[in-house]
Amino acid sequence: MKQFKGKVLFLDRSDINTDEIIPAKYLIEISKDALRPHLLEDLKLSDFEPSKDIAGKAIIVTRSNFGCGSSREHAPWALEVNGINLVIAESFARIFRQNMFNCGMMAVELQQDHIDRLFTDFSGDQTIIETDLPNSRFIVSSGKTRAEFPFSISDFDRALVEAGGWVEYADQNY
Amino acid sequence: MGKTVAEKIFDAHRVDNPCDDIHVIRLDAVFCHEITTPVAINDLIARGKDRVFNSSKIKAVIDHVTPAKNSKTAMQGKIVRDWARRHHIMDFFDIGRNGVCHAIFPEKGFVRPGYTIIMGDSHTCTHGAFGAFAAGVGTTDLEVGILKGVCAFHYPQTIKIEVNGALPAGVYAKDVILSIIGKIGVSGATNKVIEFVGQVIDEMSMESRMTLCNMAVEAGATSGICYPDMTTVEYLWPFIQDEFKTKDDARDAYLKFHSDKDAVYDALITVDVGDLEPQTTFGYKPDCVKPVHEMHGTPVDQVYIGSCTNGRLEDLRIAASVLKGYRISDTVRGIVSPATPEIFSRALEEGIIKVFMDAGFCVTNPTCGACLGMSNGVLAEGEVCASTTNRNFFGRMGKGGMVHLMSPATAAATAIAGFITNSKLFKG
Repeated sequence: MKQFKGKVLFLDRSDINTDEIIPAKYLIEISKDALRPHLLEDLKLSDFEPSKDIAGKAIIVTRSNFGCGSSREHAPWALEVNGINLVIAESFARIFRQNMFNCGMMAVELQQDHIDRLFTDFSGDQTIIETDLPNSRFIVSSGKTRAEFPFSISDFDRALVEAGGWVEYADQNY
Repeated sequence: MGKTVAEKIFDAHRVDNPCDDIHVIRLDAVFCHEITTPVAINDLIARGKDRVFNSSKIKAVIDHVTPAKNSKTAMQGKIVRDWARRHHIMDFFDIGRNGVCHAIFPEKGFVRPGYTIIMGDSHTCTHGAFGAFAAGVGTTDLEVGILKGVCAFHYPQTIKIEVNGALPAGVYAKDVILSIIGKIGVSGATNKVIEFVGQVIDEMSMESRMTLCNMAVEAGATSGICYPDMTTVEYLWPFIQDEFKTKDDARDAYLKFHSDKDAVYDALITVDVGDLEPQTTFGYKPDCVKPVHEMHGTPVDQVYIGSCTNGRLEDLRIAASVLKGYRISDTVRGIVSPATPEIFSRALEEGIIKVFMDAGFCVTNPTCGACLGMSNGVLAEGEVCASTTNRNFFGRMGKGGMVHLMSPATAAATAIAGFITNSKLFKG
């Protein structure tokens, strides 16, 4: 099972699409590793510098409708090869969300006021999130500030994460 | 309690219900192209599971970059080509016979009312125009689809959009869907199916219905869907005539893929298009939509007519009817990509290709190329394209480029003028 723990990259914008996460010109790559330097290369967000801001981050916290647009699973893969296995958002586009769980990664919704709190109380370079999967809660800390956020995912989503992805799950079950 | 068409299709295809509203359904067709399939093929090989669930239900095409532009795209084509041969996938369309997936697969008769279809391409929702449940998926879903012939979805909730009125002259399906997306937003239908009904839809051709359903995903929808009727039967008749005695029989048989009168919807939206003007986009999201007249005068560097949204014969006819007798502006590069060889060939016979060439357009082979900035019309930084495609994301057609989405008529008029304008100005 993948790890869902580490430093947080805050992306304060809604409707971040998969063309921004990984531009189409890199879809000619057939190895996931080749996507590594290009994650969020075309993100339209002021003051965001991909090379500097992504380094060392393991989790993304963002707003609504993350991952809209193209179905490309290259988007989760580009996250994965950069060590990011968890995205927390107010909402996701369907295909992106499914792709994340299909890869044994997680895309977890939190209600808007909780996302707001993450941005106001915790944004910054030193925030760390730990995932307590059995109890469905995130433990967020930054210096002395600490908070817990409960989340819910379906039993199916959980089964995919535990199986390591949909291919493994489907192979066991169908 | 009645059911929606999507619910009926799910109930007829259910394999498993692992929990809550997750339903694993049997697939009638798995469509593949060379961008999202090679990684699935390689993964199956690596797992020692290089198999296909049913070679006749898998259809494949090379369409995104064709002819190959470099070694990497050549390898993507080769992986799909070798795989199709290895597994005796007869319906594989390679160069010379290939076209944009969501145009060529319906044209070949691979989509039927009541079908369940997935493809590693978000615009798979196009095929709902035939009364099918058709959804874009990622590579892992595609991989399991290829191997097992199943896919998992949430049980469908449906938004019913009733489109009434009479479309004014110069206003088309593209304008209708842009205005709907402008209204409900880019996540207005996330996790939902959009059912398009009403007088305007009833009167639309299959091409127009495909344009409409194609962009359902731009509002977040899993699938667009239209009820199959005599228009559907006429389109499909060459492929279904052995199954039914008469066209009326076919139409009646397909009534089971209409929603019940007492079906329960997530939302009902009514749109009147009697006063609708041609629409275009202004920002970097498909819900940033304005009437064309408010964007009048916006200069463009390129005009692109093609794609799975608007590269079909009807679209080329409409654009040509605007272009006929005109030359496009010296400041504009015009590119048209007929979506399939069949469309190209018929456009040649009808003299449409000559109209485009006389107007100063470059006519390319069928491909997705320019729409997503992969080939055949990539923009330079700071350039602007008026385009009949479906996405105006920042950099979509090339890093730093801007795209304005519009109908083929508006795109043709814009090519002549050199700036965004209404086709009324040019249409004879």
